[in-house]
Amino acid sequence: MCSSRKVFAAWAVVLALGTSCAGAQPREFAGIGRAATASEIAAWDIDVRPDFKGLPKGRGSVAQGQDIWEAKCASCHGVFGESNEVFSPLVGGTTAEDVKTGRVARLLDPSFPGRTTLMKVPTLSTLWDYIHRAMPWNAPKSLTTDEVYAVTAFLLNLGGVVGDDYVLSDANMAQTQARLPNRNGMTTRHALWPGRTAPKAVPDVRATACRVDCEAEPLHASLLPDHARGAHGNLADQNRPVGAQHGANTAVAAAVSAASPARANVSALLGQYACTACHRAEGKLVGPGLGDAGKRHRARADALEYLTGKIRSGGSGVWGDVPMPPQTLPEADARRIAQWILDGAKP
Amino acid sequence: MSSDNDSSSAPVTASAGRLRRAPEGFVRGADAGVVFREARQGRRDFIRQAFATALAGAAGGAAAQSNPVPSAGGDPHILQAPPHTLGLGQPVATDGYGKPSTYEANVQRRQSPGLTQTAQSSVSFAPLQSLFGIVTPNGLHFERHHQGWWDVDPSKHRLMVNGSDGALLKSPKVFTMDELMRLPAVSRFHFIECGANTGMEWGNVAVPTVQYTHGMLSCAEFTGVPLNLVLEMCGADFKRGRYVLAEGADGSSMTRTIPMELIERGEVLLAYGCNGEMLRPENGYPLRLVVPGVQGVSWVKYLRRIEVGDQPYATKDEAIHYVDLMPDGRHRQYSSIQECKSVVTTPSGGQVLLDKGFYNVSGLAWSGRGRIKRVDVSTDGGRNWRSARLEAPVMSKCLARFNLDWVWDGKPAIVQSRAIDETGYVQPTYKQLRAVRGRRSIYHNNAIQSWLVTESGEVRNVQLS
Repeated sequence: MCSSRKVFAAWAVVLALGTSCAGAQPREFAGIGRAATASEIAAWDIDVRPDFKGLPKGRGSVAQGQDIWEAKCASCHGVFGESNEVFSPLVGGTTAEDVKTGRVARLLDPSFPGRTTLMKVPTLSTLWDYIHRAMPWNAPKSLTTDEVYAVTAFLLNLGGVVGDDYVLSDANMAQTQARLPNRNGMTTRHALWPGRTAPKAVPDVRATACRVDCEAEPLHASLLPDHARGAHGNLADQNRPVGAQHGANTAVAAAVSAASPARANVSALLGQYACTACHRAEGKLVGPGLGDAGKRHRARADALEYLTGKIRSGGSGVWGDVPMPPQTLPEADARRIAQWILDGAKP
Repeated sequence: MSSDNDSSSAPVTASAGRLRRAPEGFVRGADAGVVFREARQGRRDFIRQAFATALAGAAGGAAAQSNPVPSAGGDPHILQAPPHTLGLGQPVATDGYGKPSTYEANVQRRQSPGLTQTAQSSVSFAPLQSLFGIVTPNGLHFERHHQGWWDVDPSKHRLMVNGSDGALLKSPKVFTMDELMRLPAVSRFHFIECGANTGMEWGNVAVPTVQYTHGMLSCAEFTGVPLNLVLEMCGADFKRGRYVLAEGADGSSMTRTIPMELIERGEVLLAYGCNGEMLRPENGYPLRLVVPGVQGVSWVKYLRRIEVGDQPYATKDEAIHYVDLMPDGRHRQYSSIQECKSVVTTPSGGQVLLDKGFYNVSGLAWSGRGRIKRVDVSTDGGRNWRSARLEAPVMSKCLARFNLDWVWDGKPAIVQSRAIDETGYVQPTYKQLRAVRGRRSIYHNNAIQSWLVTESGEVRNVQLS
């Protein structure tokens, strides 16, 4: 008894000392870490903040930027920053009005396909910093400071933010920032940002946990269409072959969907499958005019098969870089639309 | 007689005489003959049965393995002893770093076709449908790279800690991995989830299985040094320096802003260990940031630098990507916390229930705000809910495994799970989530997942609104 009490007392002293030491000042870890040298910090501390702290002196013109762009950027991003082939488009979707307001109006339009970098980015420092640290894609950090200014200037010029003769430099970054189309388009008034200073926001989505006889959601369900069952490969090969459940064999051709009930005219189908969000009968919209598509492919021996497949699988390259996403509609409906297109896309 | 003598004096060719015969050579003698005769009869039945099962399966898409009623005395897998019961197995250390069974080859990380055009800036999804418990095996941990992955030499890797001005951090320092690994370490279990997990499903059903709907999610025991300890060592000004920039050493030199509030809690780690071994190269070897409860993009890999600052940095992945578009046309910036979420992993999309009868409905629940308090499961599309069993341990900002008994009557059923965390937050339905955030956010989709069990037993991804 006596000895255990002594041990306890000794521990109490150690604990007390430990606590008081820790409370007084940070623990020191002798021999660990050394002072960073000025050149080491200069080599790695390359970040540029929204207030342009960290921005090195330099300048570059739109014209210089164009030359660099065509040599080092266009293969991925397209000559006009519009390409969707490798990465999301950088340019497009902004207007002169947006440059005035600082809010990109198209972000309010759910039917506008895609969001480009210039539609989103609120801070010019972000573009400069990222091009500097990470571009070009296969040779990051290979651009000089002036080249980064030039490429940034050209990108802004493509988006109509600055004129053809513009020279971007450390001296005018702040005034250029004031022209970014979406500079006023961000908010931190939400509960997902723990760095937000007071007042803290409460979660925006408030659900309750009803348990018995709850209101069930309506059954107008969204399901993966049958023809897309195998789009991710054979699911039987993606599940363990032993266990409570096995994977569905999606390699066997899915039963052909029953044809849709006959419809009075194709225009109902064009509306139902939102074809008209990107196409019109005559003339280019986002995608080619449907009459033009009919004309181009009519001579093909497999024209009907080809267009039916193209409607469902989508693709890009035939009419430019803007890709058409795959469409989920029964083959029979795709075939009717394709036939209508080949017949001249007459309303 | 010593082992030294044995190994040195016996050349490889001479030792062949001591080899035991291949396993099939061990089945001999009159007794074995009886077993064989019976087994042959049994096997014929078994093959017949299996063929019938396969045919039945073709209709429903199932590859069910039946448990045939014993005929001819019983199951050939019992009556006819297999080679592994009759022979000598393989020696220790056949493989210095062991691998899963060859029968587990289906359990793989996978890409979603068409999601990205380059394989260097892409995602591979963890096969949640095949995992047990809460820990993700390191080889199956989901991947997200912004400019390709590297296997970085740890002897050449450095961590720099500095301030965006001299007053924010008194002593800028450089650490080697040797030094970081000498510091007091902690080991903690946490989930990591990409902010875009389930992002493909904001508009409508887009992918078939839980691997693709929820597989940008993993969970591991991370080992490392609390970042606040290192910042204290360097004399950081915690009062003015309310933000930290974390920067990677890869080509993109990935950067993210981390609020000091999280670091001060001692939760943010400079981690090198993952599930008892070093991090895998795909996951940031030799050093990554661990930011519990916060989306994966903030867990900067190949971590090379920490900068203390007095304002957020608006990095590329805080100003162009990882911003959530709201119906009013504004983007939410710095959306970081992963809100409470759950998903049933078995049965789940693309699987086939083998028969009617008993099933253990099992899944995962997690919250970036703390512990999971309760998980409810519905098998009737959300009309009625039962509380599932939460399996211990239930840890903060960590996956929790839940289970529930269920007898499937062969009729169509819609299986859902709904998690509630310790703050009282209830995981929303798609209807509730979209009513506030619309359908175009891409990020932070934590809606209740629905799996439709069809009469054929095939399970399909479905959305009810």
